[in-house]
Amino acid sequence: MGDLRDLYQEVILEHSKAPRNYRELKDPDRKAEGFNPLCGDHFTVYLQMQGDVIQDVVFQGSGCAISKASASMMTQALKGKTRHDAEELFHRFHDVVTGHAPANGTQADLGKLAVFSGVSEFPTRVKCATLAWHTLQAALEGKQDAVSTE
Amino acid sequence: MPTVARSPLDSGRAVASEIASGYDVERVRADFPILREKVRGHQLVYLDNAATSQKPKAVMDAIVHYYEHDNANIHRGVHYLSERATEEFEEARKSVQSFLHAVRPSEIIFVRGATEAINLVAQTYGRTHVGAGDEVLITAMEHHSNIVPWQMLCGEKRAQLRVAPINDRGELILEEFEKLLSPKTKIISIGHVSNALGTVNPIAAIVRMAHAKNIPVLVDGAQASPRVPVNVQELDCDFYVFSGHKNYGPTGIGILYGKAALLDAMPPYQGGGDMISSVTFEKTIYNKVPHKFEAGTPDMSGAVGLRAALEYLNALGMENIAAYEHELLVYATEAVSAIPGVRLIGTAKEKAGVLSFVIEGIHPHDIGTILDQDGIAIRTGHHCAQPVMARFGIDATARASFGLYNTKEEIDALVRGIQKVQEVFA
Repeated sequence: MGDLRDLYQEVILEHSKAPRNYRELKDPDRKAEGFNPLCGDHFTVYLQMQGDVIQDVVFQGSGCAISKASASMMTQALKGKTRHDAEELFHRFHDVVTGHAPANGTQADLGKLAVFSGVSEFPTRVKCATLAWHTLQAALEGKQDAVSTE
Repeated sequence: MPTVARSPLDSGRAVASEIASGYDVERVRADFPILREKVRGHQLVYLDNAATSQKPKAVMDAIVHYYEHDNANIHRGVHYLSERATEEFEEARKSVQSFLHAVRPSEIIFVRGATEAINLVAQTYGRTHVGAGDEVLITAMEHHSNIVPWQMLCGEKRAQLRVAPINDRGELILEEFEKLLSPKTKIISIGHVSNALGTVNPIAAIVRMAHAKNIPVLVDGAQASPRVPVNVQELDCDFYVFSGHKNYGPTGIGILYGKAALLDAMPPYQGGGDMISSVTFEKTIYNKVPHKFEAGTPDMSGAVGLRAALEYLNALGMENIAAYEHELLVYATEAVSAIPGVRLIGTAKEKAGVLSFVIEGIHPHDIGTILDQDGIAIRTGHHCAQPVMARFGIDATARASFGLYNTKEEIDALVRGIQKVQEVFA
């Protein structure tokens, strides 16, 4: 079992207290809601697209430190990325937080998001780390219904 | 001690009188093997009793004994084992009858749990008596299991689900509750003790109000039955439900108590074997209560395990358990509310067993993970009571809930854990 500091890294705590891109987009191209019915966490992700490129991505909602920091750092990582790149990144992120790939492996290449690798030692918290990403994916796919982690 | 004998009463009474003077929690703890478990290198501190309780060895022994010596299908065979299994099952029913102080054993129906018991009443009594324009009354502090079955019924019958409000302490506002009683109200369903807030509702007074208007009352006793003495005749409630697994018994078994006259008049819930007197393709004559509501082979080992659990509780004495847990709750309430930044959710004058709290700026989920690192098990989330969370303007709480084996030292560990949470997030 991992140490608490592997999970609650300084960067994560800092983002959870002062999340970046934490606002609403008035007239987004796409938006989606995601929630975790087990703990009540819920986020809305708003997207401004330019063709296939994510021009802006912001979020709002409430959740635990892990889910909020993950949403915050996700928005930072995705600005200017293509839809394909974003989905690729989610796959790699997912593999790392579920323990299927080492965070420092070359295939992971998560950049700053590697701080979430500690989540893999806390299986009950994987859904927290991926909630915003699932919501993003729903927004990219233009899904109307709220996505749920369950 | 209190090693509960397989035959009731004999050793039970002696044990109860012995501990009345002083509750020996260390001796109680010795009866629960799981409490010796290490969690992440720490001694387990189990404070999630409102979710499910741990089981004394006597319960596990009773189940093993049943399978090793008595197992056969009940109410069917003429052979020796079937007779013995039937006897065990019916003895279990009697032990529930005496635990709840019901008038007769046939008022005790075995079901899967409190949830199934509520669904049973909604689908039988409810579907018979609730029609278009009628109302079902619940309260704002109910568990989802005492909301959704009624919502389903009201949806089907085009009836209204009315919700009596609670105040900021998490207490039912009795005057508002009484105003909601009307000729349209066909049934009231209310929790005895709130799982999210710990509030103890004044059931006897509520039943008097309801009966003055001829409205029957179902009491959800899932959180009350392991914590306070329950006497359904004194409460005068029409239905009372509880789950075995929260009462230190096995999972998969629960109880519906109903007054005999009501149960007799209700249509069956599920069809199948054992609930019939005779079957032809043209017509089936239903069995009498309680069998009318027990279609199919029941959870026989569960009933035997539940009996052992109730005998264990009787041996300790529900009054003693209630007094001891009250002491724990008072101690925990003082200690936890003294921590800066901590706010209690649910501060009713009458409370039992449950301490829900939030910490300024820290999500309950994070509290739960950090406490877990020290082997402290609490529940975090909405506790299947999302409307309660909405009432207090929060998404979730952290909830410590106490059982008959918890100690003040464990509450001290909880307090240290909360301080550690605050350090991590400082």
